[in-house]
Amino acid sequence: MTTEILETTRTGTGPVRRRRTAAPTALGLGSAMIFLSLIVLIPLGAVVWKSAAHGPGAFWDDVTTPDAWAALKLTVVAALIVALINLVMGTLIAWVLVRDSFPGKAVLDTLIDLPFALPTIVAGLVLLELYGADSPLGINLAYSRIGVVVALLFVTLPFVVRTVQPVLLELDRDMEQAAASLGAGNWTIFRRIILPNLLPAMLSGTALAFTRAIAEFGSTVLISGNLPFKTQVAAVQIFGQIENDNTAGAAAVSTLLLAVAFVVLVALDLMQRWGSRRG
Amino acid sequence: MAKYVLRSVALVYLFFLLVLPVGLIAWKTFDHGVGSFFDALTTPSALHAFQVTFEVALWAVTLNTVFGIGTAILLVRHEFPGKRILNAVIDLPLAVSPVVVGLALILVYGKFAPVGGWLEDRGIQIIFSTPGMVLATVFVSLPLVVRAIVPVLEEMGDEQEQAAHTLGAGGWQAFRRITVPGIRSALAYGIVLCLARALGEYGAVAVVSGRLVDKTQTLTLYVEERFQNFEQPSAFAAATALALIAIVSLLVTKLLQRKGSD
Repeated sequence: MTTEILETTRTGTGPVRRRRTAAPTALGLGSAMIFLSLIVLIPLGAVVWKSAAHGPGAFWDDVTTPDAWAALKLTVVAALIVALINLVMGTLIAWVLVRDSFPGKAVLDTLIDLPFALPTIVAGLVLLELYGADSPLGINLAYSRIGVVVALLFVTLPFVVRTVQPVLLELDRDMEQAAASLGAGNWTIFRRIILPNLLPAMLSGTALAFTRAIAEFGSTVLISGNLPFKTQVAAVQIFGQIENDNTAGAAAVSTLLLAVAFVVLVALDLMQRWGSRRG
Repeated sequence: MAKYVLRSVALVYLFFLLVLPVGLIAWKTFDHGVGSFFDALTTPSALHAFQVTFEVALWAVTLNTVFGIGTAILLVRHEFPGKRILNAVIDLPLAVSPVVVGLALILVYGKFAPVGGWLEDRGIQIIFSTPGMVLATVFVSLPLVVRAIVPVLEEMGDEQEQAAHTLGAGGWQAFRRITVPGIRSALAYGIVLCLARALGEYGAVAVVSGRLVDKTQTLTLYVEERFQNFEQPSAFAAATALALIAIVSLLVTKLLQRKGSD
């Protein structure tokens, strides 16, 4: 394995060392690509292929069947609501975790990541216990759209908090003090100094929460009760279609979900690049 | 004043969304004592679900660790055309719904698909058996190890590896003696994340496993099946076991993060 050639190339700024390892690179890259293709790329390609196999007309018919269309509408609207609540609450929680101090803060900070660690079916089960028919609080959200939103809020909680928190930690407080000494009130300081700095992180966290929300399955299964036209989200509708051997219908709705996620992620990427150019 | 308002709003929100639900399930499980919790977890079906879960998770974590280390080194230490595309493709699984993952695998490896049918003729069953569940779990946890190692490899630079090479170390020796110790805590962090995700995966496994009780039933599928069949104590015991695994892995990742930042 000593086929490596050390190569020194000179650029405008100084010597840059770059290792060329032609044979191992090709071998490693080949294995990685085969692995990725077998598990991710070919299967996802098969979904898109399946949905497009009978032309755009058939695709459109599959996604506009009454139950699929209702599920897609509910999914997108619920995900938008969840993204907006996360935008506000996630930023607020990040703020409290960074700028405030109170006993138990460290525990709370650790707990924020729990929704990522907890299996989604367990999340759904615990929420149904607390906000279901036997609710000890007397709040019954089972089989309702609000129940779906609560489940999605649970699983997407960490996104905005964890993207905003590090930016807030790095934020230079001198600027805020300067603004305050020049007579700016708290709200003005927040709006003119803090918000512009946090906005890219807030939006990227929100976009991630949105893509997670439209894809979510496990946490909504139990609390939604899967009532078609009422509480059935797209992922659950797809699951039902697979169980009924209607893979073409399932593939069409899946492709639409993939397309929405793709558009949001590309928009996010463009936004980040725009942000880093400005910054 | 504003400070206390913000603090209260955050605490109330987190209390009702996070603390109360998770606390309630622990309370419901241990309400009848620790003994009944263990009894519920040691029934043959529950033990079988544990076994299936760990088998699938171990395979998935092993595959993702090998792939993760290899790909991270490729991305950080090597130049090749299409690097940006590879980088983007690795994050793709995070944006795909678990159900779509399951459907995607069925469309390629199912009995009536070309590849799946060919394998089926040779006596290899993928979907509705362990290999399919491993594939689904690898898919959903694919980026975790790579993303944990890449920043550390970048920060580490390759001076030490270069030095090892000039002193006559072979590729494998430099990797084992220099690279691995350097990325150790990041690698452990990635593996714990991957393991937690693998043990807790529900949607993708629900689709590809066929949910055959006592055959392809993992712990998460067991929770759902028992709950739908009104066997609440079994469902709660398994859910609490999964929640405990999640909390332990969360604490381990926090420790590793602290160690990594020192």
